[in-house]
Amino acid sequence: MKTHYLIPAIVLGMALAASPASAQKKYDVGATDTEIKIGNIMPYSGPASAYGVIGKAIDAYFKKINAEQGGINGRKINFISYDDGYNPAKAVEQARKLVESDEVLFILNSLGTPSNSAIQKYMNAKQVPQLFVATGATKWGDPKNFPWTMGWQPPYQSEARIYAAYILKNKPNAKIGILYQNDDFGKDYLKGLKDGLGDKAKSLIVSEQPYEVTDPTIDSQVINLKGAGVDTLVTITTPKFGAQTIKKVAELGWKPTHIITNVSASVGGVLKPAGLENCKDILSTAYLKDASDPTWKDDAGLKNWIAFMDKYMPDANKADGSLVYGYSVAQTMVQVLKQAGDNLTRENIMKQAASLKDVQLEMALPGVKLNTSATDFYPFDQMQMMQFGTDSWKLFGPVITGGVASAT
Amino acid sequence: MNTAAPVSKRRAYEAPAYWRWLGFLIVAAIALPLPFLLKNFFIFQLTLAMVYAIAILGLNLLTGFNGQFSLGHSAFFALGAYTAAILMDQYDVSYYWTLPVAGIVCFVAGFLFGLPALRLEGVYLALATFALAISMPQILKLSPLEHWTGGVQGIVLIKPNAPFGLPLNPDQWLYFFVFAVAALLFFCAYNLVSSRTGRAIKAIRDNPVAARTMGVNLSLYKSLTFGVSALYTGIAGALGGIAVQFVAPDSFTFGLSIALFVGLVVGGVGSIGGALFGAWFVLFVPNIAEQVSKGLAGAVYGVMLVLLIYLMPFGLAGLVRMAAMRFARAKR
Repeated sequence: MKTHYLIPAIVLGMALAASPASAQKKYDVGATDTEIKIGNIMPYSGPASAYGVIGKAIDAYFKKINAEQGGINGRKINFISYDDGYNPAKAVEQARKLVESDEVLFILNSLGTPSNSAIQKYMNAKQVPQLFVATGATKWGDPKNFPWTMGWQPPYQSEARIYAAYILKNKPNAKIGILYQNDDFGKDYLKGLKDGLGDKAKSLIVSEQPYEVTDPTIDSQVINLKGAGVDTLVTITTPKFGAQTIKKVAELGWKPTHIITNVSASVGGVLKPAGLENCKDILSTAYLKDASDPTWKDDAGLKNWIAFMDKYMPDANKADGSLVYGYSVAQTMVQVLKQAGDNLTRENIMKQAASLKDVQLEMALPGVKLNTSATDFYPFDQMQMMQFGTDSWKLFGPVITGGVASAT
Repeated sequence: MNTAAPVSKRRAYEAPAYWRWLGFLIVAAIALPLPFLLKNFFIFQLTLAMVYAIAILGLNLLTGFNGQFSLGHSAFFALGAYTAAILMDQYDVSYYWTLPVAGIVCFVAGFLFGLPALRLEGVYLALATFALAISMPQILKLSPLEHWTGGVQGIVLIKPNAPFGLPLNPDQWLYFFVFAVAALLFFCAYNLVSSRTGRAIKAIRDNPVAARTMGVNLSLYKSLTFGVSALYTGIAGALGGIAVQFVAPDSFTFGLSIALFVGLVVGGVGSIGGALFGAWFVLFVPNIAEQVSKGLAGAVYGVMLVLLIYLMPFGLAGLVRMAAMRFARAKR
């Protein structure tokens, strides 16, 4: 019997004896005195290729860090990014290539819910961090079952709950109509909205209209919603369909209270194409600054971002929100690596990613801060509501915490 | 496609039977030791290549030997993968038992799809099967089926361990397992096309009117070929799902159909062994293209494809046949 206690005691003793060494450099595969290898998987081709610029923005930011600061703590970042064409089977192949062949320290910001679902089990079995995944699905903050996977952006359900709370408070007798994309993204929002409305969901929601991402237009869905007597429209769409919806609503001379998801709230990408005159009073939420929103034109953070863009990505379209996204992801990563210091083990990377305290990114809204802990794997869980004026968003109300993190 | 002349020419190049056995032995001699020499990741890639080879072989039976076009084989691949995944996930069926089930399900689906497709020829059939490929991912996402398919979230599978305490890791074991299945299926395909039935299948491709005059039941044989082709692709799908350990609708888009089609043409239309090379091409060449240039990966892939078709108009199998014929002539 006693030997059972003896073994842990010996291990503990060895660990204690080894502990002075922990102040020295410690590495896992993928980190050396001169280099940190970071893997990434992006849909550079295929149906979601528009998001590929996120990977390019991250790459450009790491190039800037390597060129201007000589890397992080003297180690250059080697960013290896592969294309999966938004195909989960290919994502598995690329993840295995990164981990087993390129031997990266961890994978950063792999994009898409299907692709990340496909590699999650593998990454956790291999105990390689799958950090700051580029999807807002709510399932990524589950440290109990998947301690090596962490999200980044506010979960979709958090955002939807904010809208639900807004409706319950300001329009308790609303006739809600929902237009949503028929996939994980749309359904996640829908769940958050219904959860947020609680018992009232059944009586308040008068019409739900799904559309397929492959549909050419959503005209008939919008007409159906108007016909159902909807006075509060919640538009859960990707950018192209967001612009179409705003346009169609204006064409019909319809004036519902219109809430549009943050995904489709870009001034340059959605509202301008839809016609700014059609966008008055639309509601949404934000957590990052919109570079095409005149509100920020004198903002120091935005100026830094523009300087970075001009130097490292001069050909990119600055109205593309994905560029701000990639830039901010890269900055979060740099923060984690700085915290990790010379202890570049996978375990410590995960530990540091889970110890972000009130980090204010340049391009995040003032007051919207990154916070994580051993039980909170949602770095961003705060947003602020905003309403469109004549040419820009006006933030209003307090910074709200979505509450999904505390609920799960 | 249906012209008789190049086919009869091709038949003239056909190598003696013992060459095929020799070819198989060489492939086996190279393939069997590989898992002990390579990293797990490469073993996994080679396993996937064999999976694609089976699917391409299935497509080849239909297009190469029977002359029916299909751009919808990703749907059968998906059907096979989902059959295996649902059986393993919901009913705890062993992975090896899912293969025959996936095969039968796909055979029935292929046969049934083949019946209405009888009225369609050439490009029209291609269009009908294209519709099948486009609709499959959406059908898999339907909410009434979500209980089984997991909707967009897909189904996560567990990788099988080696049985009987064999000293192999899961990647190595799966490699051998897929190799055995592939060898069996290639053997069956070879026997099928060189049998009486196979001659009927080829006769329909070469000249349907003559075939009918000879007493070949066109509709039956065409539907059956569609079924067998779907069976092969379905088994490949099941193996692919098990190897990747995950199935989701977005894995089986139209792009997969095109990949299989490219593999078919590159390997050699109407060649059994060519499927291996075709699979190797569609799996590795896009990766090579990505290494050449990330921004222009698609264009580089396209250039490689054009060059290959220019250099080997009948695929690799055609090139090998041509070389063999030259060699045989020189000996004479």
